[in-house]
This record gives sequence, structure tokens and C-alpha cells, in this order.
Amino acid sequence: MAELHVELVAADRKVWSGAATIVVARTASGDTGIMPGHTPVLSVLETGPVTIRTVDGGTVIAAVHGGFISFADNKLSLLAEIAELADEIDVARAERALEKAKSDLDEHAERRAEVRLFAARGLKAHV
Amino acid sequence: MGAQLRVYKRRIRSVTATKKITKAMEMISASRIVKAQRAVAASTPYADELTRAVTAVATRSNAKHPLTTENPQAKTAAVLLITADRGLAGGYSTNAIKAALTLSERLRGEGKDVVTYIVGRKGVSYYTFRDFKVAESWTGFSDKPTYGDAKAVAADLIEAFTAETGGVDELHLISTKFESMLTQTAVEARLLPLKLDEVQLSDERPAKAEIFPLYDFEPSAEGVLDALLPRYVESRIYNALLQSAASEHAARRRAMKSATDNAGELIKSLTRLANSARQAEITQEISEIVGGANALADASRGSE
Repeated sequence: MAELHVELVAADRKVWSGAATIVVARTASGDTGIMPGHTPVLSVLETGPVTIRTVDGGTVIAAVHGGFISFADNKLSLLAEIAELADEIDVARAERALEKAKSDLDEHAERRAEVRLFAARGLKAHV
Repeated sequence: MGAQLRVYKRRIRSVTATKKITKAMEMISASRIVKAQRAVAASTPYADELTRAVTAVATRSNAKHPLTTENPQAKTAAVLLITADRGLAGGYSTNAIKAALTLSERLRGEGKDVVTYIVGRKGVSYYTFRDFKVAESWTGFSDKPTYGDAKAVAADLIEAFTAETGGVDELHLISTKFESMLTQTAVEARLLPLKLDEVQLSDERPAKAEIFPLYDFEPSAEGVLDALLPRYVESRIYNALLQSAASEHAARRRAMKSATDNAGELIKSLTRLANSARQAEITQEISEIVGGANALADASRGSE
């Protein structure tokens, strides 16, 4: 099966890299799925979950906050200021952050916390 | 114990205490260099990918963006100077400050107003002591900068750059490049407007040399560039902060190493002096005893 090489990079570290069959990410113009052989694309990422389906059938979910996605030569780069893999996310902490964001009426923080929770729970649903 | 000897002993004790401190600082810095270097290495994949993306958009589209277009009538230039928060790092902060002053002088020579932004307490105190104007300063993270710190610094600079009126037309950066454990040099770079020919990847290859595929830009080339360039500036500042932190630790380690060596030398020569003072004291005592005995002998012979 055709595969593409994925690099998920945060500002201060490399979060995940490996081979995948499809990657779904939320860009400025909506959710975009990228499969091997996609036309070269460079677009802006929104705060949202990124789903990577690996070649061995597994799923990697990450919460990504702002950044870019670029695809060329079967190589996909996801650049994010902050990126966390689902299993790194502290659910209790994210829930607290969500509560706090809701009471402070901070929309950005609320969205970030929601995405974190979504990513963390999404992984549990797959396991 | 004679007065002379006591003075030497006291000085030896004080220098030994100083030596212990400088030795400890040397070892702390040595361990932090490794951590700082690891942080630089960890940030390179992001910086490289971002550099590639920026170069790709800028070369593949005819987008005219204020952040990439040269302004021939540039009136104001911002200079961001990165120094240390703490001293005892040899010439580290001084070299960066000197580079900043030289650059400011040159920019003024070109007829531009210079606005200074400073990271690190040493730079701030140098400027405020001499009554130089500082537009904005940040302190408290020079030895362990995070991406959030870089973002905070970049936000103010980008805001000054994009301001409709009274903004700056150029943005220069003075930081210290970590070349090796022994060499760190203050370097200057122009961040904005972006000079594509000078954009380099981490291994110093020009980014422009690569051939980029024909990307589809979403939502548009301008839109992507709008979002990319601030990130690029942040990442450059972050990298500069990390490099400077590594340089600061390396400079401090070297300064403390020579301080420790000097203290060792000093202790050695003081010990020699103390030894000869003690010997002189003993010699004097002996000659006094001998002299006293002779005098007694002479006196008793006279009475016979």
C-alpha cells in the first residue's frame, strides 16, 4: 500500500515521525485529508486535532495549536507552535483548564482545552 | 604565631572559599551548556521546516508582502539585543552590547532612527545607566528561554513593524552565536524585511538553493505568508535566544575556569609566602635564644 512520510514538529521538539496512509488535519478551509500522491499543498492549520493513520493500522491523535501543513514529494510536515500526542495529555488538567476558560470567557483557551480533551478521549475510543 | 603569618593564613582561607564558589559555578555552567545545546538541537527541525516553507512561498508566488518588501525610504530601524541576566560570564554581555552599539552607529550613519529592544538585565542596566533610550525590555529568562518567551518578544516587535504610523521599517537582531565550547561570537542579522538570499537552513546551506514543488496555497499565497512570517520571526528569535543561552553558559564556564585557576595560583604563592614567614619567625626565635644564652654566659663570666 502506498504510504507517506509524516513529521509532526512542535517549536521546541519533534513530536512524532513515521509512515502513514492518511492524515486528517483541520486547516483554515476545513478538515483536509491527505493521502499519498496528494498534490503539493501548503496551508494554515487551525487549532484542532490531527489524526494520523499509521501503516500498521494504528492511529495517532495529536492536539495541535496553530501552525502549518505542507505536503510535497510524499513527505508531509505538520508544524505547530504547540503539539501534544493524545497519550501525553493530562485529561484532568485539560478539564480544569476548560472550566477555567469557560468561567473567564476566554474563547481561545476554551477551544484549546476542548481540542486537548477531544484528542485524549478520541484515543481512548480507539483502544 | 606572628602577625605576618596570621595575615597570610587569613588570605589563604578567603581565596580557598572563593575558589570553591568559582569551581561550583564552573561545574554548574558546564552541565547547563549540554542542556542548552540539546534545546538548540531540538528546535532545529521546526526552524528548518519553517524556513523551507517561507522560502517556498516567497519564491513560488509573486506575493508582495510588507514583511518581505524592501523599503527604500526606511526611517526607523529596531535593534533587538540579547544579553545575559547575570554577570560573571566574561565578555559575553559586553561583546553583544558593543556589537549593538556599532550597529546602531552604522544605522544612524545611514540616516535612520534607532529603536532599541533588549533581552537580559545586563543590557538593560548598561543602557539605562548611560541614559540611552530603551523601547522595551524583557528579563528573567536569559539562561533558559522557552518558546513562550520568544513569542512574547516577537509579538511586540511584529506589532511595532506592522504599525500603520510611527512603526519601524527594519528589524535587526544582535545575538551570540555558539560556535564551540571555546568560541562564541556576537552576530547581527536583519530579520525584517526578509532577505531571501540570506535565509539559511541550520547547516548553513542557503534555503533558496532547493527547488520547491508547485504548491497549492490555502487559503491563498498572501494568506499563508501572512500567517507564516510572524511564526518565522518567532522561530528566529527563539533560536537566537537558545543559542545565546548556550553561549552565556559557555562564556561563564570559561570565565569561572580561569577564576578557579587563578585562585589556585594565588593560594600556591600565598602558601610559599606563609612558609617563608613561618621560617623567618623560627629563625628569629632561635637567634634570640642563642643571643640571650650568650648574653647570660658573658654576664656570668664577668662576675667570676
